[in-house]
Amino acid sequence: MSRPVAIEVSHLGKTYEKVRAVDDLSFQVYAGEIFGLLGPNGAGKSTTLRILITLLHPTSGSATIFGMDSVKDADRVRQTIGYVPQERAIDRFLTGREHLELLANLYHLSADEASARIPQLLKLVELEQQADRPAKTYSGGMKRKLDIACGLLPDPKVLFLDEPTLGLDVQSRLRIWDHVRAMRERGITVVMTTNYLDEADQLCDRIAIIDGGRIKALGAPAELKVGLGGDLVSLTVREHDRVEMLADAVKNLPAIRAVTTTKTGLDIRVDSPEKALPAILEAANRLTCQLEFIDYHRPRLDDVFIAHTGRSIKDDVQQESQG
Amino acid sequence: MKEYWQEIRALTMRWVLRLSREKFSMLFTLVQPMLFWLIFFGNLFQRAADMQVTQASSYISFLTAGVVVMTVLNNGLAGGVDLLFDKENGFLERLMSTPIHRTSVILSRFIFVTTITSLQVLVILAVAWLFGVQPVTGLLGVATILFIGMMFGVGLTAISMAMAFSVKSHGDFFSVLGFLSLPMIFLSSALVPLAAMPGWMGFLAQFNPMTWAIDAVRPLILQGWTEALPHVGMVIAVMVLFDALCLYGGARAFRRAIG
Repeated sequence: MSRPVAIEVSHLGKTYEKVRAVDDLSFQVYAGEIFGLLGPNGAGKSTTLRILITLLHPTSGSATIFGMDSVKDADRVRQTIGYVPQERAIDRFLTGREHLELLANLYHLSADEASARIPQLLKLVELEQQADRPAKTYSGGMKRKLDIACGLLPDPKVLFLDEPTLGLDVQSRLRIWDHVRAMRERGITVVMTTNYLDEADQLCDRIAIIDGGRIKALGAPAELKVGLGGDLVSLTVREHDRVEMLADAVKNLPAIRAVTTTKTGLDIRVDSPEKALPAILEAANRLTCQLEFIDYHRPRLDDVFIAHTGRSIKDDVQQESQG
Repeated sequence: MKEYWQEIRALTMRWVLRLSREKFSMLFTLVQPMLFWLIFFGNLFQRAADMQVTQASSYISFLTAGVVVMTVLNNGLAGGVDLLFDKENGFLERLMSTPIHRTSVILSRFIFVTTITSLQVLVILAVAWLFGVQPVTGLLGVATILFIGMMFGVGLTAISMAMAFSVKSHGDFFSVLGFLSLPMIFLSSALVPLAAMPGWMGFLAQFNPMTWAIDAVRPLILQGWTEALPHVGMVIAVMVLFDALCLYGGARAFRRAIG
């Protein structure tokens, strides 16, 4: 498969005061796809993004955007990309239109180009009505739309979105997703960070799961889920001391792929649930091992994340927001 | 070059727009306190201040130079605040992700702060005039005062921006700001001439660039060119050094923060 490559990241590393935020990262983003960097807060995805948009210099390795180096050709890279930072990157005192006018000057558009493009963008993100109100009167969703209009103003080949739906209500999220898909239709390559699994799953063509500054898994969400192998049966066992015994018994049953012990019971990967489930229950019965709860589901991106990082993304996000 | 000006003009206009939207808070926080110093302090100490010591016909005429330079001090030290907020809310990153010259944002800030400060100095001088203080060196003297203010302001704004780029939180920024400004004022010739200060304070005040600025502005208002010129020459030399140091520090902080 030789798809045109938009972004080439090669052995990228970034160290802050002895902490390796990004460690030997390599991946490619194909032209015209939506590429997601998925990981908990502090995983290194924002650092990676900020290197790609030329705001940080890597400590080692390199990143190129359409062949232009993020350090040596920074100015040309900046002309090629659009950037949508996290939500509050808005000047409360300026109106939506003034934001776009300011950026038009910073991208050196002529007055004619600016006055042609700005109304189009306001229409695209449905902010025409509010264009001349100060941004402090905008709702979260409206600010996000303005952010996106700002990112699209330079007519970029690659658009970078940092946590595009963080803190938005469900309706606004879906709207933003529509906008992101519309960008792909227009041929824009989209690179976004997210710590929402469902967002990565439904929106991204391919994702890189990042944890501890390293890539843990890379591919299309569907591919990654299939790659886990089989559906998942989770058992919660009442008497914890029996878990090991049950695990040994289950391992040798037909249609079982893998068995892992969890805090409360077992996670079992199975090939065909209709064969495996009765056999598992029978084994539990035989060993008089009482089951408190049985959960069966097809692999979700959640499971991909846990399989590759050894923990759930949700735990981390909650800890971060509490801390 | 054309692009550079387009950037700087647009960024400077943003500060102007912000000011016009926040006009009440800006007016009250920036212009008023300094006017109060002039009007209340100036008149309050009229009889308490010894004219033999101040060498001026009234305390308010003595104080005018001090208030002018204090205005420069306050505006300069607060000059980085907006960049601090831009840094904290990510707007600076947005600006820096565009293909602008790396210095444009900073330059726009210098232009804006200098312009606003000059306007405020003119307001101070106008109010002082209402209380009978007329700069004896006339309009050229006023222009020289503005020039000295600009030179001092550039260095102060550079310090403020360096701090804005270096601090971890805006709480730190404002505590350092609050900590700096009072000693800067009291350890200068703003309120009392150096000769009348307690020895140790007078000694410290000599190293305060603010003292040099005030000692040049004051004769421009009170005495005349003959007395003022040596001081003006001196302050220009001092300010070139001061600005060079501050700009060097500011550039380093900026490069560390922006990369």
